[in-house]
Amino acid sequence: MSVIAADRKPASDRKPASDRKLTRAAASSDRRFAAISHALLILWSVIVIVPMLWVLMSSFKSTGEILSSPFSLPDHWRFENYANAWTDANIGKYFLNSVIVVVSALVLVMLLGAMCAYILARFEFPGRRLIYYVMLAGLTFPVFLAIVPLFFQLQNFGLLNTRPGLILTYVAFALPFTMFFLYSFFRSLPHDVYEAALIDGAGDWRAFFQVMLPMARPGMAAVAIFNFLGLWNQFLLPVALNTDQDKWVLTQGMAAYASSQVYDIDYGALFAAIVITVVPVLLVYCVFQRRIAGSVSQGTFR
Amino acid sequence: MKETIPTAETASRRPEPAARGGRPRRRKLTFDRVTFFLAFLGVPLAIFVIFVLIPFGQAIFWGMTDWRGFSPDYNFVGFDNFTKMFQDDIFLKALRNVALLAAFVPLVTLTLALGVAVAITLGGPSKGPVRGIRGASFYRIISFFPYVVPAIIVGLIWAQMYDPNAGLLNGVLTGLGLDHFDTFAWLGEKATAMPAVMFVIIWGLVGFYAVLFIAAIKGVPGELYEAAKIDGAGRLRTTISITLPAIRDSVQTAYIYLGIAALDAFVYVQAMVPNGGPDNSTLTISQRLFNVAFAKQQFGYATAMGVVLAVVTLVFAALVFLVNRLTGGGEGESKRKAPGSRARRAAAKGGAR
Repeated sequence: MSVIAADRKPASDRKPASDRKLTRAAASSDRRFAAISHALLILWSVIVIVPMLWVLMSSFKSTGEILSSPFSLPDHWRFENYANAWTDANIGKYFLNSVIVVVSALVLVMLLGAMCAYILARFEFPGRRLIYYVMLAGLTFPVFLAIVPLFFQLQNFGLLNTRPGLILTYVAFALPFTMFFLYSFFRSLPHDVYEAALIDGAGDWRAFFQVMLPMARPGMAAVAIFNFLGLWNQFLLPVALNTDQDKWVLTQGMAAYASSQVYDIDYGALFAAIVITVVPVLLVYCVFQRRIAGSVSQGTFR
Repeated sequence: MKETIPTAETASRRPEPAARGGRPRRRKLTFDRVTFFLAFLGVPLAIFVIFVLIPFGQAIFWGMTDWRGFSPDYNFVGFDNFTKMFQDDIFLKALRNVALLAAFVPLVTLTLALGVAVAITLGGPSKGPVRGIRGASFYRIISFFPYVVPAIIVGLIWAQMYDPNAGLLNGVLTGLGLDHFDTFAWLGEKATAMPAVMFVIIWGLVGFYAVLFIAAIKGVPGELYEAAKIDGAGRLRTTISITLPAIRDSVQTAYIYLGIAALDAFVYVQAMVPNGGPDNSTLTISQRLFNVAFAKQQFGYATAMGVVLAVVTLVFAALVFLVNRLTGGGEGESKRKAPGSRARRAAAKGGAR
């Protein structure tokens, strides 16, 4: 109630000239709606942000402080928690593993997905629809249905517990999403540029790499962002298929570190490890957030 | 390349009608074109078939065997695994748990996401074109945060939030004078474990779907809102009668993929309650499957669970379709913009993974 009253006053004080046409009822309903909206959004923002801030703050505290007073600021800022987390949890190594696997998979899946989408979108041939729908099915079935056979499939190829194995699996499971997104993108590209390239003597290969792919860049960027988040956050596939501790990715390492903390808990270091894991991605997100919002709308309206 | 390697195609190649402006897809098969097709379609499809399609196919067969993995021999047992499963109390409990997850998580997540999206997009002044609320991009950025955090970390953060001794939640509650919650184990009590897990999943997913709906709402033609305003419709009325029907397809797609995420829930429960929770009250099929397969090595039985999970997922999707159709969801509309809705489905899926 007080929020509404507080909001009403400044709004009626200002009252720009153009607003006079509004009936008084509409204006007050506007304010009520805005006030309720703000209240709701602020409440949700608090629910989202408080746990994160709490983690950040606790990452500088000692275990004793965390246990005795969850709210208070640390009496002295223990940066050593970060050093402990870095060495105990092996974060550096797992981070590097994640980067290697995710970047390789991302490059591969973008290339293969674009190629596949291009063929399906721009060429007519027997079996085209079948391939399209089979991939659609692959997008819908739960990964858990495939996880056990996948384990042995990789073993048969000698790819179990290897980086290439994990990368190929990532590529395979990200492929349908990439293909569908880019499919509609390639469909929408104009035909005449492509024709012109052919007239200029470009073959299919050159037409794709020098003409069509560059034109699809906005679509590629959008999918790449989603694929990156999806692959970076992937947990089930590495846990099942990549059990060699030297090759663990970050999500695995963090899960293991947290569960190793059951008996002699160093809360401060655990929180520091969480911060180290989250911050780089969060920073990247803040830089690209406009683009991400744009990507979602591209995915929705193409 | 193509000059140096003579093949049947290049040898028998007839001169093409020189660069006519017609349909390129009717051109003759040249060597260039054949390799192009092989590489562009063959390589991605091979990877997809080997690592996705064949495992899916194998799963259905192995689900009907008693295979235990490392020995090559197994017996075909038909539907024995499935009858065994439905006499297995632990599995039935897991099935009940995921049914609860599928019932509540998508519904609550979408309600919140729609609430956030409507507040952000339509919270501005009603005069003139539809404008967002003040601070719209701030709210949008904040609410998307949890989606950027890996799900496993979301689980770990909340495991700490719920911690009976060190957790912030009990700290806040005792701070408010509710001493009953001094050492209350949210994830350790049968009554609260499941709701607590659900809340975390919802917390992690609302932001993505809010951003998805914001995009969908912005795509609704402004004239519709103008018309509604002239007809004297209020905000609530506009939301229910204009916004919701207009973004119906997005909601349906989101509902299905949230259902898939909720039926899985593996990451979240592994992070918070890896042991299945008090009296297995948070055990999911995915956890049970994982343990039966990789700890007990009963691969045939585990795969059969995967089949059941897939069937449950399909039933869920069919139900959503059915409800949407029965309540007047537009078939004509979804047909008209089929490519768009496909991409949207794909986008939502990207979010669910």
